[in-house]
This record gives sequence, structure tokens and C-alpha cells, in this order.
Amino acid sequence: MRIFLFITIRQICIYFWWKTLVKPIWIARDPSLCSGCRRCELACSIHHEGWMWPEASRVRVFMPFPGVEVPHLCSQCMDYPCVSACPVDALSVDPDYGAVIVDREKCTSCGDCITACPGTVPFLHPGDNKATICDLCGGEPKCVEVCIEAGYNALTIVNEEPNIHRKLYSRNPVDTARDLAVKMFGEKGEEVIE
Amino acid sequence: MTPGGYAGKWLDVDLTKDKIKEVEYSDKVLEQYFGGRGLAAKVLWDKVGDKYPELDPLDPKSPLMVYTGPMTGIYPGSRICVSGKSPVSMGTVGSTAATEFANEIKEAGYDGVTFTGKADKPVYLLITDDGAELRDAGHLWGLNGEKTLIKLNKEVTAELTKRKPNVGLWKDPGMIYIGPAGENIVRNAAVITKLCHAAGYGGYGALMGSKNLKAVVAKGRGSLPKVDAPESAKLLWRKTHQILIGRSQFRREGTGYAGYSVGAETSSEPIRNWQEEWHDEKSYAGPMFEHRYWVKKKWADFNCTTNCMKISCIKTGKWKGDITDMPDYELQAYCGTNFGIYDPEANIHLATLADKLGHSGINGPNTAGYAVELHQRGILKDSDFGFKPKWGDPETFDRILHMMAYREKIGDVLAEGTYRAALKIAEMKGLKPEETLKYAVHVKGIEIGAHGTRSDVDYTHDISYAASVQGGDHTSVAVDGYSDMSGSVFTDSAVFCNFTYYGVPQSLVFDFAKAITGFPITLESWRTVTGPRIVTLQKAFLMMGGPDLEWEPVKDDDNPPRFYEPLPSGPYKGKTTDRELVNTKLQTYFETLGWDERGIPTKETLKKLDLGFLEKSMSKLR
Ligand code: SF4
Repeated sequence: MRIFLFITIRQICIYFWWKTLVKPIWIARDPSLCSGCRRCELACSIHHEGWMWPEASRVRVFMPFPGVEVPHLCSQCMDYPCVSACPVDALSVDPDYGAVIVDREKCTSCGDCITACPGTVPFLHPGDNKATICDLCGGEPKCVEVCIEAGYNALTIVNEEPNIHRKLYSRNPVDTARDLAVKMFGEKGEEVIE
Repeated sequence: MTPGGYAGKWLDVDLTKDKIKEVEYSDKVLEQYFGGRGLAAKVLWDKVGDKYPELDPLDPKSPLMVYTGPMTGIYPGSRICVSGKSPVSMGTVGSTAATEFANEIKEAGYDGVTFTGKADKPVYLLITDDGAELRDAGHLWGLNGEKTLIKLNKEVTAELTKRKPNVGLWKDPGMIYIGPAGENIVRNAAVITKLCHAAGYGGYGALMGSKNLKAVVAKGRGSLPKVDAPESAKLLWRKTHQILIGRSQFRREGTGYAGYSVGAETSSEPIRNWQEEWHDEKSYAGPMFEHRYWVKKKWADFNCTTNCMKISCIKTGKWKGDITDMPDYELQAYCGTNFGIYDPEANIHLATLADKLGHSGINGPNTAGYAVELHQRGILKDSDFGFKPKWGDPETFDRILHMMAYREKIGDVLAEGTYRAALKIAEMKGLKPEETLKYAVHVKGIEIGAHGTRSDVDYTHDISYAASVQGGDHTSVAVDGYSDMSGSVFTDSAVFCNFTYYGVPQSLVFDFAKAITGFPITLESWRTVTGPRIVTLQKAFLMMGGPDLEWEPVKDDDNPPRFYEPLPSGPYKGKTTDRELVNTKLQTYFETLGWDERGIPTKETLKKLDLGFLEKSMSKLR
């Protein structure tokens, strides 16, 4: 009995100790700093797929006009509309970092999560056709690592609790690009993306 | 098994018959010629052979190659290589441009496309994972580069979304295209991509135009091709990037500071059609571009951390809305100092214009500057232009670039490129060819890049252009000995950027090449066998020439007359290219490559390089 109690207390301690270490993270993105190098896509696909596969990358860089580059990835909305939209419970929220985790066995490729997402972030994987969403690489996102390594800092990690702003980053990347184009090119920016 | 790095399939598109088929090349051919520039030369030979001199590059029969290489997309700095029989030099040029088109085509499962024939109406080729198809480009024909890009991006993205609506958002396709200059078959027109990147040398924009081919667009959803040793390749990828990331000065400035320094420091910048090569115009210094116009300071192409590109935009005044890159040094020179212009804003405007019109920003402006010098010399008159052209006047060059692209007035003659225009103008004006050629700055018909040889302190020297199989191409100069020469032959054939190559230890690059392809390739084998094989084949094409133009051995392996005039100003005043040295080095160069004293490859060399198929043609020349 005492042994049992000891183990339980120890486990509770370990849990709280772990919780002090593991903080929710968020990948902040600043498209005006994005160089368009797409190393984030390469690093992401190397990590998740074992090889360079830009189209399978969970971070996706859109470029509707040269120079107007928009890294597009999951924002981890507080209310997770994708998770609630999934009819077969294939999506869940990782308790440590808040990432959306896809159960590829359960996913039926219906695309409901894509439609539910305010930024149309999820996509069907070009290989297995299953919903594909950023999993924050278990707390150490590879995209951020290479972006920072190169001094671009378009993607950075922030340690913060979920908040209402994040969801607003989940926008159609072409809309973001339209804004960015005006910021970069002034009036001309209105014309460059049809 | 396809060697690593290759998708393993190339498209053969017959534009006349609207027939598309897939072809493969043997491992041996790939190992011997790699891809891009090398493979294009080999495929050209296989298609044309000894009949090469009879082939008019602008005839429908003339093939146009758009090839990647095994390292494209994987090695930092993704590029595409266009090639074929050059309508300017009548040899071949491996002309490259940085673009996502290059990795997209590989992700779609193809290494490249060979076009033959001529479409009966304007078309573009769309390449996806499901194959390739020709699509109507009637609504795009006549549009400038910027509009073409905006329309095509929207149209293709919408089409792909329509075809597969449920996969999520479609990322933008990659594309190469031509502007009005290419459509109107301006001989030195470029193949353009990403608004302001161009495969400029060789005149392949004219080749596309002659085929009624407005654009090639690719979108693939597959991975980059598998490689021979993936674990090493991944490590080498990280390592190479770490080295590139360390090149801080180059990353900060790109070549956007050189419009001042190549004039002020090395005296090798074209000024008013190379009448001078020195200036000290501080109005034209890098910060004047950076502080007022650079709206993005770190702009990179796919898989690149060199990010030498910066984006310029004019936000006020009459050129409001002009967008281009830095401009890079070549265009700061050719669309600036070469016109007698030292105003960054005018330079950005003219560089933007050259790109929109589809001129090569080096070659077209070389011809424009040449025309204004002929006017200065009294050979061309106001009436030839329809106005009075003036050095330093942006309006003058704005008009000439338009006249060339649309072949109006003297522009119709200038649209033949500097060399041919010189010959035509001599004929028009009843002059001897030498009288106009003495101001024409080209080698083998290819207008020379913005690095002179007279001061001898830039990277270009005596035989850099004179001996090069790509003439005036500043990205692929000849040097005595092999190293740099094979360097650009290598990057153009493996197809990635020179600026992700220089600064990285060559041994590392070749380890990377080996990890990707699995070929037993080394720096040594490239310098002594593969590089020389490609250069020798290109040299053979150049010497065969035809049908309307042949280069005379040795006599034409020379610099233009202007490069032997003494520099008239600056710290290197009085210096000029040493003719003796040119002659000696030319012979050494020939000897190193196993060519005879007239620069014709010997029988033994052909045998050694497995180029025996050239023997018949070469023996005729010997
Ligand atoms: S790594 Fe950074 S700079 Fe490069 S494309 Fe991704 S977000 Fe942009």
C-alpha cells in the first residue's frame, strides 16, 4: 500500500514537473519577413516524410505574386473548429502543446476540417490523401528552426497561452497576400493579385 | 532504376502535331551529360546530327530544351536551364534562371521538356502530375511579362482547383514565359520567370516566340526525386546552407551595390556602350537604391539562403508601380551606366521595362546602347529613330526598348541583336562591316555581360569571353585551366545557381552530387572528363554554325575591338586587353582541352571523351 502511494505521488509530481516544462507554444508568422526560400517546407517534409516533399509540408508558402510570400500554417484556434467538424473524431488536440493531431486511420478524407477552418489550412496529403495539419513537431518545430537559422525570422516560436487573436491569423493566404502587396508596393499592390 | 535526383522522364512535345510523349535517357547518357546544358547539347546532337549547319534555329524543326538537372531543387538555389541552337550565336547556350518552375516540374514527375514544331496559334504547356497538355494562350499573347504572370497564375490555380477541389488550397504553380520581345522574335530576347528573373543569354525567348509558345507552367504534388544516399544528402543540405548563411555581406547586398563599385573600384562597367568603364557617381551607390526603393531585403528563390535578391519598387512619380529586383548588378549596369544613366529610379524603371517587354536585360540594352553610339558617330540619324536619342535620357531608352520589342523603325533592325544589326546597318548605310562592327560589343554574336577585361582587375580577363563556347556570357567564362570553366558548366548541367556554388568548398558540392546521383563523380572527373566533354560538344556546334553565319576559327575567338582600345578614364586609364596574352592563352586553352591550334577538337580528344560521333563533322572543319 505504501509503495503504491509512493508511486502515485511520484507520478503526480512528475506530471506537474513536466507541466512546468511543457508550455503551449505557437508559431508566430510575419509574412513581410518571409524570403520565399521554402526551407520551412523542406525541413517539415524531411521531418515528417523522410525526404523533401514541399507539397506534403504542413507549412505551405503561397506566392501569388513574386516577392509576396505568405507562410500558411495552423494557428491552433482556441475553439478548434476543425476538430469539432470532423465527423469521425479523427482529430484531437495534443494536451501538451495544443497541436491538432490527425488519426490517419480514422480520417476518411471527407475534407470537412478543410472547410471548417477559417483559413483553409488543412489539406489532403498528396500521398495518402488524409487530412494533414501541423503537429508542432512535438514542441520543436523544424520549420522555425531553419527559418531562424537563416536569419529570416518569418516564423518564430512564442510561449503563450491560447488567445483569441490566433484564430484571426487563420486567413486565406491570398487575402493576406493582397494586404501584404499593398504594404510592399503601395497602390500598385492593389493590381498585382487578381 | 533511374539514377538518384532524376524524375526519370522527359516530355517531348511536338507543337505542330499537338503530340506529347514521354521519353527516357539511358544511365550512361545521364552520367556523361548530367542534365541542363550538357544533356540539352547531347539531345540536340541526337536530333540533328551532321545536318546541324543547315538547321535554322528559328525554323519549326529546331528543338528547344527546357531542362532541370539531377541536383535541381535538392541542392540550394533551384534553377531551370533553357537551351537549343541559339539564334544569336548559332552554337548552344545553357541559359539558366532561378524559378520555382524548376522544382515544380520535377515534383510533377518530369525532368524537362523538349519542344519541336510550331503551334498554329499561341499556346502554353501545362504540366501536372497527371501529364502535360497544350492550352490556348490567345488571350495572353501580346501581354507584357507582368500581366502574363498575374493572369496565368490565377487561371492555372483556378483550373487545378476545379480539377481537384477537395484537396485544400492549391499552392501557386511555377512558370516561365515570354514577353512581346520573344513573341516578335527579337533574336536576343529572354525567357522570363518570376517577373524579373531571366534566362537571357542565347535568345531562347525568340525560339519560344517562333514556336508560338507563350509559357510553360508546372505544378506537381509529388516529392522531389529520391536520391542515391538520402541520409548523406540531408546532412549535406544542412551543411551547405550553413555555409551559405555565413556569407553575410553577399546576403546583405546581393550584387545591388556593384553598380557603383564595379565602375568606381574595378573600372570594368559598361558606360555609354563601353566607351568608358569607370565612374565615381555616388548618386548610383548601393544605399541610394536600398534606402529609397528596396521594399524587401531578403528575397530568395526555392531552397536558397543566399537571398542575393532584393525587391525594388517605385512608389511615387511617373514610374510609380514599377517593380523589379535590386536591380542586380548586370541590370544596374546595362539599364543604367551603359545608357549614361546614374539615377537609381530611372534604372529601376528601365530594368522593369526590359523584363516586362521580355528583353534580356543585358543583351537588349547592349543593342540599345550600341544604336545610340552609332547615332553619336553620325551613322544612324534622328530619322532612323523618329526622334533625337540622347545619352543619359531615360525617355530615349524607354522608346528604343519599345521599338525593339515591337520591331518599329530602326528597332526592327536592332531586334536582330547587336552583331547582326551591325552588319545590316553597315549594308543600309553603304559602309564596310568593320565600320559598324568596331562599336559592337559582343563575342560570337552574344552581347558581353557587364564585366570588362581592360582593367584586368575584375574576374574577367583576356580570354574569358574570347574563348568561351557561350561567347559574351558573363556567367560562363573561359579561363586557362579548368576549374572555374567547369564550375559553370557543372552548375548549368546539374542546374542550380552559381551563387549557391561559389563560396561552398567544391569537394563538398561534388560529395553532394554523388550522394544525389550515385554516379562516381568527383571534382577531378568533372574537370578532366565530363566538363570538357560538354564544352567540346558545344564548341563543335559553335564551329559548325550555319545556316547564315559561320565563325572563323581563331579570328573570331577574340574580344570585340572596343576591348583593345585603351581605357580613357579612371585609375586604370590607358590600360587595355593584352592582345599577345590573348593569343598565347587561347592556344594554351585549346591545348588543355585537346583542341588543335585552330580550336577544333582533335580526333584523339573526341575518342577520349566518347564524342566519336562528332568526328565526321570535325574532320570537315580541320
Ligand atoms: S523558411 Fe522562413 S523565410 Fe523561408 S519560406 Fe519559410 S517562412 Fe519564409
